[in-house]
Amino acid sequence: MEGVETTCGSRILEGYVPPYDATVVRKLKQAGAVIVGKLNMDEFAMGSSTENSAFGPTMNPWDLSRTPGGSSGGSAAAVAARLVAGAFGTDTGGSIRQPAALVGCVGMKPTYGRVSRFGVIAFASSLDQVGPFAQDVRGVAYLLGAVAGHDNDDQTSSPRPVPDYAAGLDRGVRGLRIGVPREYFGEGLAPEVERAVRAGVEKLRSLGCEIRDISLPNSPHAIATYYIVATAEASSNLARYDGVRYGHRAKATQLLEMYEKTRAEGFGAEVKRRIMLGTYALSSGYYDAYYLRAQKVRALIRRDFDQAFATVDAVLSPTSPTTAFKLGEKLDDPLAMYLNDVYTVPANLAGLPGISVPCGFDSRKLPIGLQLIGRPFDEETLLRIARAAEPSDCPLPPVLEGR
Amino acid sequence: MPVADFEPVIGLEVHAQLLTRSKIFCGCSTQFGAPPNTQVCPVCLGLPGALPALNRAAVEMAIKAGKAFGCTIARRSIWARKNYFYPDLPKGYQISQYEVPICSGGAVPVPGLGKIGLERIHLEEDAGKNIHTERGSEVDLNRSGVPLIEIVGKPELRSAEQASEYLKAIRLALIYLGINDGNLEEGSFRCDANVSVRPKGATKLGTRVELKNINSFRFVRQAIDYEIARQVELIESGGKVTQETRLFDNEKSVTRPMRSKEEANDYRYFPEPDLPPLVVSQELLDTVQVPKLPQAIADELITAGVPQADARTIVSDPRLVDTHRRIGGDPKRAALFVVGELARAVNENEADLGALKFDPALVRDVWKLQDGGSISSTAAKEVLGELIRTGEAPQRIVERKGLAQVSDEGALEAVVDAVIARNPGEVEKYKGGKTNLLGFFVGQAMKELKGKGNPGVLNTLFRKKLG
Repeated sequence: MEGVETTCGSRILEGYVPPYDATVVRKLKQAGAVIVGKLNMDEFAMGSSTENSAFGPTMNPWDLSRTPGGSSGGSAAAVAARLVAGAFGTDTGGSIRQPAALVGCVGMKPTYGRVSRFGVIAFASSLDQVGPFAQDVRGVAYLLGAVAGHDNDDQTSSPRPVPDYAAGLDRGVRGLRIGVPREYFGEGLAPEVERAVRAGVEKLRSLGCEIRDISLPNSPHAIATYYIVATAEASSNLARYDGVRYGHRAKATQLLEMYEKTRAEGFGAEVKRRIMLGTYALSSGYYDAYYLRAQKVRALIRRDFDQAFATVDAVLSPTSPTTAFKLGEKLDDPLAMYLNDVYTVPANLAGLPGISVPCGFDSRKLPIGLQLIGRPFDEETLLRIARAAEPSDCPLPPVLEGR
Repeated sequence: MPVADFEPVIGLEVHAQLLTRSKIFCGCSTQFGAPPNTQVCPVCLGLPGALPALNRAAVEMAIKAGKAFGCTIARRSIWARKNYFYPDLPKGYQISQYEVPICSGGAVPVPGLGKIGLERIHLEEDAGKNIHTERGSEVDLNRSGVPLIEIVGKPELRSAEQASEYLKAIRLALIYLGINDGNLEEGSFRCDANVSVRPKGATKLGTRVELKNINSFRFVRQAIDYEIARQVELIESGGKVTQETRLFDNEKSVTRPMRSKEEANDYRYFPEPDLPPLVVSQELLDTVQVPKLPQAIADELITAGVPQADARTIVSDPRLVDTHRRIGGDPKRAALFVVGELARAVNENEADLGALKFDPALVRDVWKLQDGGSISSTAAKEVLGELIRTGEAPQRIVERKGLAQVSDEGALEAVVDAVIARNPGEVEKYKGGKTNLLGFFVGQAMKELKGKGNPGVLNTLFRKKLG
């Protein structure tokens, strides 16, 4: 956003004030939105708990000792805590859907190319997509309609016309076929989460949906694939933060020393880890074994979905394997953190639209979300199903009770 | 083994800035020489969030080059990121093409060498410029994002001279295509050379060295010659050539090590996710027109009877070709004018090829006046010179300067008679067989006529009267 310091939660962008509006911001302003402020996130959107922020962690309004998920945890928490009517985030591997699930609001990642990425600070360009958070599906439909559409400044944005997403929300779901992939209900899924998601399935069945057991056999490879593709692109996207033109610059007398110190001081541990992973994956001699191979698996994951959509209209799964976890709980275990996105990452790799809607609470009164994944550019059907699946009321988080 | 027993193997990589009005991925101007960092925007500054949007004109120019050199144009080519850190590279990567370039194969016709094969031509963006001053090092990003084509030649050149001729041929061809200004000093046309040597008759290539910073034709020859000698000497003395990049020092005319193979960047190329594949439609392919290249024009001129050397001179500058074409008429005679009067006027700063003061078609009017006997050949030269300087109509120049020639027999007869009467001795000798005195008589008459008599008519009259 023009004139407002923008750091992506990173020290390396300290003091950086963009001289231009992102297309999404321009469209929101044109639509009359009142932009209140910017929200916390994991540094460069790398993380699943909003703890990797130079500003410190964001807390979950349902339990202040827990994380709101991430990376767009600030956006999710602000919506859940009723601070704003809606918010935006980016979703590269689940960064909108997972925090939406963990704070009990609705969050949507549109089809890759549906919303312009111009002005959106890149993490992994082939996966990143901007999407809205709101208290309910209708709010998400309005917000998506305001920002979707082709943009000459983003050549990966789609020229397809943008439908009125809110118009068909209440048309019902009778006759729609919902696929439930067995690979998304396996090891690591908390029983309470599974129970709530299956209850959501039954709700849709009772509303006239046809429920089908399906298989997405390559989805279990999604996390491994994602951490090659996303880190490779990130290693290149983050090369511009070198201290030469803007943001943090370390004191040094030589160029190489300036580069090294600036990046050592400016980036946090998780960002450094991913830059190193990605640099390695693209290195001469390793490119074929890692990057190229990951692209092949990515194509297989996409093909699984193509085949599934021949027989179903949407795919339903848990959004996240667990409810909100404690602050600090997974900080020392990156792999455990990465597994938060096990159900959300496939939609990014396949470029498909995905949405998380609340589907109940666990025994600790922590929100649970279910995920719906749709055909490319069929956000309309997805929103319609989500509307049918969402609860009729949105309870207030305890942090707001008694105030 | 002496140098003569070694065969140099040379391949050139040419970087040519395309003459588009705006940059390759944004709308900023490509004009050279603006104050630093005044032709920049979020895209070419590499600001966070900025994305590239392809300039179609750059694609058309690359296709033009590809068609002109007979390359295969890929209907779908892929953008790639070349990753390395340098202050003049604002994104930390250069958007280029790697595995699937827009043009592959093809060849460049080089006078005297036949065709030199091309590996490929690909599109990419230029970097900015680092400027080192007393205050420290500064970066100018006006050049960042200017479109380039990189023309990668096959290692088919065998001497520094050949490399220089090849480079000249490419430069001239690009100027003809209107896609590059061929300016080596401003860096809009740049070249790197890959040089290796091997024993004559060997088929295996020697270890190659890449030479950089060779920004004139003279430096290309000097750098390559130095490098060939250095490598041969090294091998002769029992050493081995190591793969490295060397920088040409144009003050000392030597090459020095810049970085070794071990220090070379691993560019970590991968497909650019911010740009879809570059699709070239049949329609676009058909609309890109390729003008005639210099070699073809020279061949036509030679066929029309223009001497080879003159044809070469004319095609060395497309403006000369254009002037030659606009004169029309007899190509030989027009060529004579272009390499004669016109070239001289340009040398003496009386004419500017970029802004001629005269309509070249008027040259034919001068010829008409000369052929019709209205002016002498000497006067014709003078009229042409004046035409070049002023652009005035030839007939008016003739009138203004009083250059018209007397061809009327009646008017000339009196003079002829008078000359005969005044020179009885010479008349006697002529009649006695000294017919070469005819020139003397004509000369006398000319003197009388202040040079304006038609020499042909005078000749005929004297012959008749002295019978």
